[in-house]
Amino acid sequence: MMGRLRREGWIVGLLALFLALLAVTRGIQPGYGGGDFGSLARAVLPYAFAVAAQTVVVIAGGIDLSVAAMMALTSVTAARAMNGASEEAAVLVVALVLLMGLALGALNGLLIVVTRVPDIVVTLSTLFILQGAALLVLPSPGGAAAGWLKALITGTAGHPWLPKALVVLAVCLAAIWIPLRRSRLGLSIYAIGSSDLAAFRSGVPVARTKVAAYAIAGLFAAMGGLSLTASTGIGAPIPGPYLLASVAAVVLGGVVLGGGRGGLVGPIVAVFILRLVRTDLTLLAVDPNVTSIIEGAIMVVVVMFGAFIAMRSRAP
Amino acid sequence: MTTLAPEPAPSPGRRVKRFLGDYPLVPLVLLLVLLVVVLQILRPGIVNERWIANTVKFAVPLAMLAGCQTLAMLTGGIDLSVATVATMAAFIVSTQEPGLGLALAFLPALLIGLTNGIGVGVFRVHPLIMTLGTSLIGTGCLQVYQRTVIATGTKVPDALSWLGTGLTGGFPNALLVFLPVAALLIFTLRRTGFGRLLYAVGDNERTTRIAGVLYWQVILALYLACSLLAALAGLLYVGLIKAPSLSLADPLLLPSVAAAVIGGTSIFGGRGGYAGTILGALILTVLTTLLTLLQMPEGFRRMLFGAIVLLVTAAYLRIIEDR
Repeated sequence: MMGRLRREGWIVGLLALFLALLAVTRGIQPGYGGGDFGSLARAVLPYAFAVAAQTVVVIAGGIDLSVAAMMALTSVTAARAMNGASEEAAVLVVALVLLMGLALGALNGLLIVVTRVPDIVVTLSTLFILQGAALLVLPSPGGAAAGWLKALITGTAGHPWLPKALVVLAVCLAAIWIPLRRSRLGLSIYAIGSSDLAAFRSGVPVARTKVAAYAIAGLFAAMGGLSLTASTGIGAPIPGPYLLASVAAVVLGGVVLGGGRGGLVGPIVAVFILRLVRTDLTLLAVDPNVTSIIEGAIMVVVVMFGAFIAMRSRAP
Repeated sequence: MTTLAPEPAPSPGRRVKRFLGDYPLVPLVLLLVLLVVVLQILRPGIVNERWIANTVKFAVPLAMLAGCQTLAMLTGGIDLSVATVATMAAFIVSTQEPGLGLALAFLPALLIGLTNGIGVGVFRVHPLIMTLGTSLIGTGCLQVYQRTVIATGTKVPDALSWLGTGLTGGFPNALLVFLPVAALLIFTLRRTGFGRLLYAVGDNERTTRIAGVLYWQVILALYLACSLLAALAGLLYVGLIKAPSLSLADPLLLPSVAAAVIGGTSIFGGRGGYAGTILGALILTVLTTLLTLLQMPEGFRRMLFGAIVLLVTAAYLRIIEDR
């Protein structure tokens, strides 16, 4: 029990921080209730999917700079295809867009494996390619989202503090992450992130695993794109600030850049914390420009603190 | 290892490959020439003195920012704060009194470089995260600063426009700044102890540490140098664009990484150089002109840009690695 607590210490700390922040928010604004929490959850949704995508890739020892562009492309594709389509046809669109994310992610992975160019350079190039493709699909913001897709993330599910967006997020992430974590593929992803040479020598198909990791990231990014379309009702071809946010939350969530360590829960809690801080600062009527200074400072200080702790624990 | 097997006579293909491997700049020069020839075929008569001067003008700020990436990448790092630093310097210099502005322009660069260096060198934070964080902080500070000077308006100092856009005897004035900087960088990397330390740290950090190198000092000096260079690039760039904004240099960030990579600097550290990076920046600039000339939709141009960057990097890695 103690060992487990220590192993999950970072996540427990993050959760405690999140609850403390919620309490602070209640203190600042006594009326902060389920409705506000619901809008927080809706705002977090695309960020959380971007973070999930980045987490899988980082655990596999890579990094995906194209995640925001991939979200933009899937979002505009969905918005354009759903424009004027019936509600039933939209189901097909959603399925196809998810498949498209999977395929584009796999393409990222394939390019990395085949060209042997470092991940960061390949995904930098695909960032341009996906961005361009998004502009071709929809040159300016537009399109539409099906009614049921919008309804999926608005409102609450039974309890006033249980927004539907949160349920959707939890279900989507759990449906992919839990089976993955328990499967041979999940173990292989951790193995190649930890040391691809050691993984190779133990018989792990390194190339195939890498492609699979990027494909799963693509799937998460497509979910992020769909959630963007669902929450705004349109698609926008210019990628949002999701790349930087995803990398930041991954690191704050205890996933080591370089791979092999960490999980999905930490980064997701971290992204909630980052968004809630932003809400708090807005509630405190802090200049929105100062908010980005504070966000950056939090990121730097927390990461330095984490590195400092790691250094202390390594020293005898 | 006592007896060396006699080498079989290499086939012509292998010999070409070995030659290119020994002189990694040759394929880059060939690619650059090829691009220019394609441009000339597509639009006969476009390649003249004025066009060359123009290309050089636009390549200089990119090459300087890519210089920051080269230095950082040699140690296995990356500096994502260069665009913010460049924008800050450019914006400050165009909103303050000329003399004072020039001094103030380097202040944020100094602070950000120092923070990056301490974070990466002392606290061992991943450079990607550290420079991302300082870049966020810098952007925020710039936005707050903008509101204090919103009444003054912006004016790019004449000296900077002269440097950025002016020509003297057919040569862009930007070269007055760039050539000494490039010479200094190449000299530092090839001939000085500091340059050798950068390669050493990037090649094998543990070994250098055991050999008695003070890692944090090298990294601190590196990120300080990067930031100051980025600020200088920002000053040149605002002289070229002449429209200071809060996102002035942002479009240069990813191409600066791409230029260094195309130029043959390994993102994992320990290998590369600045001469390749300069060629990389020139190639990217000519490529952008080429894609603009083709008059296709913006989306298609970006796709081609990404595809070509990837293709060139992959091909180049094959050439210089497979021996």
